[in-house]
Amino acid sequence: MDFGPAPESDATARAWLAKHGGEFGHFIGGEWLEPESGTRFESFDPSTGKLLGRVAQGSGADVDAAVRTARSAYPAWAALAGHARARHLYALARMVQKHSRFLAVLETLDNGKTIRESRDIDVPLVARHFYHHAGWAQLRDAEFPGYTPVGVIGQIIPWNFPLLMMAWKIAPALAAGNTVVLKPAEFTSLTAIAFAELAHEAGLPPGVLNIVTGDGSTGKALVDHGGVDKIAFTGSTEVGKQIRRATAGSGKRLSLELGGKSPFVVFDDADLDSVVEGVVDAIWFNQGQVCCAGSRLLVHEGIADTLTAKLRARMEKLRIGAPLDKSMDIGAIVSPSQLERIRSLVKQGVDDGAAMWQPSWACPTDGSFYPPTLFTGVSPSAMIAQTEIFGPVLVSMTFRTPGEAVALANNTPYGLAASVWTENINLALDVAPKIKAGVVWVNSSNLFDASVGFGGYRESGFGREGGREGMYEYLHAPSIPLAESRAPSERAPSSPAPALTSLAGIDRTPKLFIGGRQARPDGGGSRRIESFTGALLGEVAEGNRKDIRNAVEAAHAAAGWARTSGHARAQVLYYLAENLAARAGEFAARIEGMTGGDGAREVEASLSRLFTYAAWADKYDGAVHDPSIRGVALAMHEPMGVIGIAAPDDSPLLGFISLVAPAIAMGNTVVAIPSGGAPLAATDLYSVLETSDVPDGVVNIVTGARDTLALVLAEHDDVTAVWYHGSAEGGAAVERASASNMKRTFVQTSPLDWFHARAEGPVFLRVATQVKNIWIPYGE
Amino acid sequence: MNRNATETRAQQPGGSPDRALRLHDGTERNPGIPLDADEIASIRVNRSAVERRAATIPARRTVKKEYQAAWLLRAISCIDLTTLSGDDTPGTVERLCAKARHPLRADIVDALGVRDLQVKVGAVCVYHTLVPTAVRALEGSGIPVAAVSTGFPAGLSPMAQRVDEIRASVEAGAREIDIVITRAHVLLGHWDALYTEVRTFREACGDAHMKAILATGELATLRNVARASRVAMMAGADFIKTSTGKETANATLPVGLVMTRMIRAYEEETGYAVGLKPAGGIRSAKSALKWLIMIKEELGDRWLSPHLFRFGASGLLTDIERQLEHHVTGRYSAANRHPMV
Repeated sequence: MDFGPAPESDATARAWLAKHGGEFGHFIGGEWLEPESGTRFESFDPSTGKLLGRVAQGSGADVDAAVRTARSAYPAWAALAGHARARHLYALARMVQKHSRFLAVLETLDNGKTIRESRDIDVPLVARHFYHHAGWAQLRDAEFPGYTPVGVIGQIIPWNFPLLMMAWKIAPALAAGNTVVLKPAEFTSLTAIAFAELAHEAGLPPGVLNIVTGDGSTGKALVDHGGVDKIAFTGSTEVGKQIRRATAGSGKRLSLELGGKSPFVVFDDADLDSVVEGVVDAIWFNQGQVCCAGSRLLVHEGIADTLTAKLRARMEKLRIGAPLDKSMDIGAIVSPSQLERIRSLVKQGVDDGAAMWQPSWACPTDGSFYPPTLFTGVSPSAMIAQTEIFGPVLVSMTFRTPGEAVALANNTPYGLAASVWTENINLALDVAPKIKAGVVWVNSSNLFDASVGFGGYRESGFGREGGREGMYEYLHAPSIPLAESRAPSERAPSSPAPALTSLAGIDRTPKLFIGGRQARPDGGGSRRIESFTGALLGEVAEGNRKDIRNAVEAAHAAAGWARTSGHARAQVLYYLAENLAARAGEFAARIEGMTGGDGAREVEASLSRLFTYAAWADKYDGAVHDPSIRGVALAMHEPMGVIGIAAPDDSPLLGFISLVAPAIAMGNTVVAIPSGGAPLAATDLYSVLETSDVPDGVVNIVTGARDTLALVLAEHDDVTAVWYHGSAEGGAAVERASASNMKRTFVQTSPLDWFHARAEGPVFLRVATQVKNIWIPYGE
Repeated sequence: MNRNATETRAQQPGGSPDRALRLHDGTERNPGIPLDADEIASIRVNRSAVERRAATIPARRTVKKEYQAAWLLRAISCIDLTTLSGDDTPGTVERLCAKARHPLRADIVDALGVRDLQVKVGAVCVYHTLVPTAVRALEGSGIPVAAVSTGFPAGLSPMAQRVDEIRASVEAGAREIDIVITRAHVLLGHWDALYTEVRTFREACGDAHMKAILATGELATLRNVARASRVAMMAGADFIKTSTGKETANATLPVGLVMTRMIRAYEEETGYAVGLKPAGGIRSAKSALKWLIMIKEELGDRWLSPHLFRFGASGLLTDIERQLEHHVTGRYSAANRHPMV
């Protein structure tokens, strides 16, 4: 009673390869374009090592041609009515369904994944993505009023889900009205080429979707191209950081979906037989080459032996081999180089002393195959517990309490996904929000749906793909008008010599505001603050990197703020307004002294802004998505954590409050650097903050050289986001430095009119939060 | 959980393992073990996860060509060819028994080259009244007669009467007894009562093998299915069976998967292999293959035998015949080309 061979036919896919003579160009403007360099590289079937075809190596000139074509196609595509774009996206969805088997087989040939997965998972999800986004095209103007497309989007996708990642990229981009230049992964270009060809036949206007194939250098040319308005990248964290640095200061928008080492948490009241299948879906799906693979198994110590035994028994039953065989669980690793990487990481794990187990059956030796592998007795410090292996390798650790499970789950620089198994809904819904990850699957794993945003926390990148949250990545919010004039720029720190002997009365030079206390600056210095006429107004403390460090520590100590209710946060914001209003005259005079502007008007606007965010504090609700399961996905708006804010020079009080208020309204804690030239309105706030029940450490204020201090914040690996409002150079430096831990940045280098009605609201709340989707299948 | 199998056997009420009954394949018949309420209470079943697994089992495996033919022949040998209608007569039962002896047209048997296998069904399953007819009709075939019993299908007649019914069927020559449990015991969590009931039936069966029908369509949740499966096995069931065929919901793969997992756990803990019988609603060769694939994947090849796996079906056989004829001729077949059940 064996299964016997059950090969899926590859005839149609082979005929398509043959029709092209096994050679492919770029697909630009609806036509095949020979690579400018004349060079091609070979694409192989990883399960046999045999050649499938030769693919164009894209040069800078090829990328340029594609970007120009996309640019010239953009105005007409963007101007198309939503319904017209919806028809095109619908046509793409139908096209995928009509050619589903061809696309699945070609994907399996090129990538090595099993036909079961490409046929039952990848291709149906691709079609679903286009259907869902046909809907967003139809609804864009109604649901995103005033929003406009971003322009020409450069998209770079990985080799693990070539078609699906392409769909995730181009469907929302096209639905929103953008045009696209997409570069598939070097190992797996063929299905993107086939898709573009079919899309052209389906009537997609030329130039709307362009495919340039090539290696990393092609991707780099796309990232660096000045005509690209946004880069969307899925791939390794390492390359994601390079892209962040490369695009710093360019004004290009960015969404990055990067690596992971996702925890798979099993409590002792879970359905263990179902857990085993969950693990199969988590780490032996697509040979473990999944960015959100549940690769760290965290098991309650009391059931670890039982689960390990069940897992081993299950692993013995997994079948590995020819990916086109319909009875295979595990196909081929994408390339010999990736196989070598897995081998060497496993070897290192063994050398480090972890217990390694593989099934007794023999793994195929022809082609790139690697058996399912389980490490037990792994300590969190082990390399294999920290490094993304991107192969069918699971490491297992134990915990005793839910708290310890959460701590282990979060003990990683990544934060893409997590899986939580328990039959206790209280436990599941307690733990899910505590895990730092963009997606949490309760009693399930690797579920995807076009209606549910996917994307990471931390170094797993930022931006979401899918759902309403994903659409924002491809739309520009209605712009905030610019301020008419620029406020005074900051002045150099005062030399120690001159004293303020001419001033009468008691010196009230503000210190720094850290952890709810006024703290002397570490450097023991101060800086002169002058009025817009150049008169000396006073001094403020000169903060340095150690002060920033202390402020960040204080902000972390105040993390409980995130767990307070929106109502409680609203009360604090209202109270702030109340106490500020009581001193309105004093603040107005201060503003007028610094800027010469209308101080009373600015104070009044600041009070209104505090009210706005007090109002929003308990109203910026998440969403309940309706994925294709019996269950729900809760899209929760979670605070970023610690946000570093470099406040603008313009409107020194209103600008400061316009940034700090939305941040704390959403539960973040803040390290704020006031305007370098006009910080006194912010320092005057110390006593307002102290009297308004703002918990210690929720708002920390460090005065000094703004750009220098902002850079310290941008480099700080324990800060989640940095908002910078200042110079172009300062903004570029912040963006570049933010790559160290993939901070979310919100950089504005032109002075905004903070009095404008659009200078507040959901646009600011969106950058103050990240969306976590918690999948909750149900049913008893 | 992983209690020593020998210890468990020593505790069980049916006497020492030396005297335990043996199944046809030489393995030991499940004598039952003491009821363990803690274990019943600790059973967890996540319905969505079970359904996902059940959906992927037939998507992860398939059998084609001669492998498929071999699997379908095995499926035939696992059928409890069944008639349980109010209008059953000796004539219809005799016809059923004739089909049980020769489930495949002779020319198809020859074309497949399997005459030596002497393919026949696993059993013939009838109401008590028709047991003598079936026993006579199957004489010399080696095909056992199974009787549905204990107030089938609702199982709500007086206990003494239900026990007597078993004894009468065994006396009339039934070698297998399909009992029904009292669903209320499951729905109300009266595991003691369920255990005692099944235990009593088992004792009444004597040497006849007992299949415990859980009527899963009336147990409301998969966790109840799991708990009922467990209690029935503890009480000494040789098989656990999904349905009477009279409930509105019949054998489904998720229900079967839960029962299969319970069987596996019971075997791991006690060493006793209990069989599974899905019944009701399995009418196509394709769905039969799904069940066999699930059994192979979850329990292993040992269970792919009539000693440990049965389909409760009748129309299924005709569809298997059609598929086998297609395998032989390359043309799709029609039902009227095969002798009716």
